[in-house]
Amino acid sequence: MSQALQQLINGLTLGAIYGLIAIGYTMVYGIIGMINFAHGDIYMVSAFIAVTCFTLLASGGISSVVASIAITLIVSIVLTSVFGWTVERVGYRPLRGSNRLAPLISSIGISIFLQNMVQLTQGARVKSIPPLVTGGVNLFAGEGLHGGPYVSYVQLLIVIVTIVLMSGFTLFINKTPFGRQQRACEQDQRMMQFLGYNVDRIIALTFMIGAALAAVAGVMVTIYYGVIDFSIGFQAGIKAFTAAVLGGIGSIPGAMLGGLIIGLIEAFWAAYLSPEYKDVATFVILIIVLMFRPSGLLGRPEVEKV
Amino acid sequence: MNGRKGLIGMGAVLSMGGLALACSAAADASVLVGVAGPMTGEYASGGDQFRKGAEQAVKDINASGGVLGQQLDLIVGDDVCDPKQAVSVANSFVNQKVAFVDGHWCSSSTLPASDVYNDAQIPQVTVSTNPKITERGIKGIFRITGRDDQQGQVAADYIAANFKGKKIAVIDDKTAYGGGLADEIAKDLAAKQTPVVLRESITAGEKDYSGLISKLKANGVQILAYGGYYQEVALILRQAAQAGLNLTVLGGDTLTNNELVTAAGPEIDKVLFTFPPDPRKSAAAAKVVATFRAQKIEPEGYMLYSYAAMQVFAEAAKKANSTDYAAIVKQLHNGSFNTVVGQVDFDAKGDLKSPGYVVYRWKGNNYDYVK
Repeated sequence: MSQALQQLINGLTLGAIYGLIAIGYTMVYGIIGMINFAHGDIYMVSAFIAVTCFTLLASGGISSVVASIAITLIVSIVLTSVFGWTVERVGYRPLRGSNRLAPLISSIGISIFLQNMVQLTQGARVKSIPPLVTGGVNLFAGEGLHGGPYVSYVQLLIVIVTIVLMSGFTLFINKTPFGRQQRACEQDQRMMQFLGYNVDRIIALTFMIGAALAAVAGVMVTIYYGVIDFSIGFQAGIKAFTAAVLGGIGSIPGAMLGGLIIGLIEAFWAAYLSPEYKDVATFVILIIVLMFRPSGLLGRPEVEKV
Repeated sequence: MNGRKGLIGMGAVLSMGGLALACSAAADASVLVGVAGPMTGEYASGGDQFRKGAEQAVKDINASGGVLGQQLDLIVGDDVCDPKQAVSVANSFVNQKVAFVDGHWCSSSTLPASDVYNDAQIPQVTVSTNPKITERGIKGIFRITGRDDQQGQVAADYIAANFKGKKIAVIDDKTAYGGGLADEIAKDLAAKQTPVVLRESITAGEKDYSGLISKLKANGVQILAYGGYYQEVALILRQAAQAGLNLTVLGGDTLTNNELVTAAGPEIDKVLFTFPPDPRKSAAAAKVVATFRAQKIEPEGYMLYSYAAMQVFAEAAKKANSTDYAAIVKQLHNGSFNTVVGQVDFDAKGDLKSPGYVVYRWKGNNYDYVK
């Protein structure tokens, strides 16, 4: 029982991170009907920005953990959004209206470029920061030698930040003028153009928002695991992409739900069965869901894009 | 240069079978040797040690007159510890007609690459520890370190003697090296009637090991015997600390890597590992160690072993008076070589006759024999 609770906590933390990255995939798909394969690497870049920032802050003498997390979050979000914007500007906009496969290939190209750029400039070695947030709370204290379920403060931080961010983001998409434009763009880009909206700008902003959410995930992962390298984007990208597909690609609540489900499957499978085959479990469940709901758990049936 | 020696060198290269190369080799009179390991990728710091050792050895050998009057020319192959890449590095070495290969580093790279070298008749000295490497009847492969079964035995002995009554888990990362080592440890622990509460495998390269951690926690594990590389050890230790689990890790030779110190942070003091006796401590290595330190390079881990592999080749070529495969291999099997890691003798399989493993413990930035 105590182990189940522990895994629930671990799975929620992991799921929160997957969910944050998955939103980037699903938003871009929603608006231009394309998978942005460079998104996982955008997340990787944000983790490197975070490590650099944390290291600079620590050597600059800022010892307050809250301040350094806040500053790093802001720096990472801003810089990573710039990367997101660049990906759209370089890899997608010139190819809009061309063959459907062209932007797909160019996003793979950008993904390879980003990985190699980081590998060459930052080195192939792992980067790490000393543990920033330590300690935690033992639920039901005094449950014998091995202790009950244990929530570390980092896990609490990740879950809380994710909940706040996702609720804020949902409000943003549903209630603000930009959110409305973004949703309208998903439905009919040409009509938006006729109505005098700058569609290029809306699409660019969508990429930037996706990147900003990935940046938060990057910072959280840096605090949580403390060790990163240039290749982390691939695996996280695949998992988050799976989460987006599971939840129904194009659907934002679907991405959050998908991330959560994958995090929980991985945590429980690793604890009760074998950590060896947890990826197999994830993908088997994805296949089963897609067999019965081809557009994912919360996805709408495919609408033909113009 | 001496005409007779040049002729011998030319004869040697000719007998290797490349006429075109013979002309070019006679022109610049050099012997091509290769060093292969993970120069980029996850395990790049291991490859880096390996390359630096080989480079310095080639420099020193050339400074003292080279091999059979010819200078050594070093080419570097990057296998990223990927078996497929290792084969293509091996093929490219074969095409360039190297006379000797120092490498590879990962067992999973050495295994497929050695088949290529065997077909092309190129002698090879490796530091990979998977027992299978020298068990396949390949004549031209030699191992300048011990084997995982020896390493595993030392680790198991240490656990049985020092951690009596504690709960022990054996975990590996499913690689040829990690899995091989963990299997040996588990086997030897069983032989010593030391119970193991958990035997699992994880996937290397992941970031989240919380599933494993809570399993360890639920089983009350205090001692983790681990077969694998240092990144995962760092992550497991950090995540264990976050989950409030006090864990001591005992691993293999790959945990000498000083990147583990940065990656594991304050948890580093909980890491023990087995490694051959530290060659830096021996008198034979004093001069070379000083050369490295003068360049601000700490000759840790595999650096001196890679250096020694080159020395072994140079000495064998000298004794054989040839860089021909059959002559060198014969010398390697029979001769005894003085290197920076001490005297090296190979048995019929190509393993060291007297390998030794010692248990070390990390303390801050340094490791030392465990008391």
